[in-house]
Amino acid sequence: MTAELVRGQNHPLPETRLEIRVSVGKPIVAGATLSDDRGKVRGTDWVAHPGSPTLPGLEVPRQAAADHRLAVDLGAVPEAVHRVNVLLALPVGAGGPVSFGSLAAPFVAVTGLDGTEVASYTITDLDAESAVVALELYRRHDAWKVRAVGQGYAGGLADMLTDQGLPQAHELAGAINEAVARGLARSVAAPPPRPPDEARVRATGQTAAGPAGPGPESAAAPQPVPAPHQPGDASGTTGGPVNYTHPGRQTSAPPPPPPAAAPAEPGRAAQPVAGDATGWSMEERLYNQVWGMFEDLARATAAYRSAVDFAESRMDQELDKVLSDPRSRIGNTGDLAREAARTKHGLLVDRARDALDRDLDQLAAESGVVEPALPMAFAGWDSPVWHAYRTPMEIPMALRLGDLHLPERPDLRIPMLVRLPLERGLWIDSGRSSGTDTLADTDQLRRLAMDSAVAHAARLLAVYPPGEFTVHVIDAAGAAAGALSPLVTAGVLDGAPAAGAAGVSAVLAKLTQRVDLVQMAIRAGAADALPPDLDTAEQLLIVNDFPHGFDDRAVTQLRYLADEGPAVGVHLMLVADREDAAEYGPLLDPLWRALLRLTPVADDHLADPWVGHAWTYEPPMVPPGSRVLKQVLDQVAHARRTGGR
Amino acid sequence: MTVNMTKGQAISLQKDDGGALTAVRMGLGWQAAPRRGLFGSRTREVDLDASAVLFADKQPIDVVFFKHLVSDDGSVRHTGDNLVGGAGQGGDDESILVDLARIPVHIDQIVFTVNSFTGQTFQEVQNAFCRLVDETNGQELARYTLDGGGQYTAQIMAKVHRAGAGWQMTAIGNPANGRTFQDLMPSILPHL
Repeated sequence: MTAELVRGQNHPLPETRLEIRVSVGKPIVAGATLSDDRGKVRGTDWVAHPGSPTLPGLEVPRQAAADHRLAVDLGAVPEAVHRVNVLLALPVGAGGPVSFGSLAAPFVAVTGLDGTEVASYTITDLDAESAVVALELYRRHDAWKVRAVGQGYAGGLADMLTDQGLPQAHELAGAINEAVARGLARSVAAPPPRPPDEARVRATGQTAAGPAGPGPESAAAPQPVPAPHQPGDASGTTGGPVNYTHPGRQTSAPPPPPPAAAPAEPGRAAQPVAGDATGWSMEERLYNQVWGMFEDLARATAAYRSAVDFAESRMDQELDKVLSDPRSRIGNTGDLAREAARTKHGLLVDRARDALDRDLDQLAAESGVVEPALPMAFAGWDSPVWHAYRTPMEIPMALRLGDLHLPERPDLRIPMLVRLPLERGLWIDSGRSSGTDTLADTDQLRRLAMDSAVAHAARLLAVYPPGEFTVHVIDAAGAAAGALSPLVTAGVLDGAPAAGAAGVSAVLAKLTQRVDLVQMAIRAGAADALPPDLDTAEQLLIVNDFPHGFDDRAVTQLRYLADEGPAVGVHLMLVADREDAAEYGPLLDPLWRALLRLTPVADDHLADPWVGHAWTYEPPMVPPGSRVLKQVLDQVAHARRTGGR
Repeated sequence: MTVNMTKGQAISLQKDDGGALTAVRMGLGWQAAPRRGLFGSRTREVDLDASAVLFADKQPIDVVFFKHLVSDDGSVRHTGDNLVGGAGQGGDDESILVDLARIPVHIDQIVFTVNSFTGQTFQEVQNAFCRLVDETNGQELARYTLDGGGQYTAQIMAKVHRAGAGWQMTAIGNPANGRTFQDLMPSILPHL
């Protein structure tokens, strides 16, 4: 039976031939000293160490290691020896840890020759020590016992040996360290720590294939080794405790603190800073900050509208009261009362407007610093980051689908960010909506709708790593050839836009089959059973002019894709006028509801999740005359061709 | 410094150093009912609820309670419904945070109430209290002990109302009966 010793505790030893096992997790030196009945080490020949590993009855390892076995035959040690001290020390000058405090607690066990443990001891509470006496085996009335010592020495071996009364302590300590260093030099070098983005293997291939100069990834490569892999950390590579950290995700180290707004002067709001929100990365912080601005704008406006509504209803009530009061018909009391009611209304509305302006000015200032800081996927087409486009390595957290604003301050735009992968399909409404009656004829609207669908699709293609997003197009009548030309000429589509009823059913069949296969694989937990030619990328299906070219079967398949697709990475983008599909009646209502409706022109059809204001949505516009879309698509196509993984 | 307020006592929500209060929190705490035997889930839980009603000119405009955790303008926030109570050691089990600076200009009174949703009277509830805290420094402004309070299931606790440019708090401490704040409306109106 094993005795787990605590510091100072002793335990009888049943045999004299024993093995002492040491396990630390990092290479250390193990040795032993013999001392007489007064606890004194009589000379250097009473010390077993890597430079002189054997003494009568004692053998210690020749070099530093994470695990050691020391052989002891207590019957064979000289009569004058009353104590055997088992010591551990850190190798000096090998670039390893300099104190036991940075290691896992050393574990030592005394075992019989058959491996049964007699006693074990975990040396806790070590800090700055670089050498420690772990155990002592001592004679007591002609029997041997073991005691857990755990005495550490910050001065290393030299201090320890001096403490044990050895006159040549310093010389011997130097000799031991030299022997250890020789031993380490012989051994195989430990692998270098992982570079921070080694897990992102695609980075290397990408920069090699990239058309121009070193990209941001290669520039970031020679970063200092991240905190989890610093030398001396117990989570290193050579044995030791299991390292549970995900190699590609560095959540074990706390993220750098977010930029916080400087403390405000009294009576004035703080100067806003981009990224002033919680999150593990700047991207997440900006995402949270944008949502915070969205909520604050919704709520500040709600406060203003509520105050104005109240002021108006109170004024109406007061005016009614004046009307119904017969006394007000005499003289000018009625006029005075009416005047008073209007003044009260005006005062309250003014105060509400002041409060709103204060809030909106603060949000506008925040928007002014946040917009330029937004990464590609969150930024508008006019942002300079799109001109510096490079194919990304990672799927971004979210995508900007457009801008949102309220009538109180139309120039204060909130980016509309949706999480990726898309949770709902998109419906680009090419029909006339309430707000657009003044604008354009139907054909123009359809063209605008298809243009904005192409812009959304291009953005999705651009923010996904090459090869991880595939776009299919159904254009049954071929009516959108003009709008689709940026995608077609750049060659970023999976195939030519499908035309005619046959094309429609072929594309739908292919995607339906993919949804079925992936669903089956997920349910059966057999992702490796998927056919090897299955495209694992996310799929986007753009359907122009729905339901043109669709029969009942195709419509059913489309509804199936809309319901089941998002969970397995198949997304819909329907460009359609609901009126065109009116003949299907209520059958298609669930389809429309399942999709996120976007408009090709500004329209106030979106509601926020907090107060439910009607927000005006504006699609992301490529600035007129800008070639940014073409440049981006060319790079995407290049990366796809060169297999830029 | 804790002020055990008496009924009808008004205190101005100004800090000792003269600065006006900017944020107050109403805290409500009570002790969970002891577990019963084998089928512990059939314990008669005690569920007290804290609510805040926002008034403009004696008309209710908005309310913050367990089904509407944030007022539309975002200035009053409920931290979430607690259905069973806590350890009864004086910690808050439900809190309502009020950001006085952001309250819409037309709101001039906020009334805090406590209801027993599960119907136990305050006599049957152990270690129940509610209190108002200055959120900026954690100082307790007022505290009521609810348990042993008689055959009531609700209490209209206090109101915070505008006074000049700042805010003032008046303790009400009126017992009432009702399951949610709606039942209390008739009892609240006389205090406005």
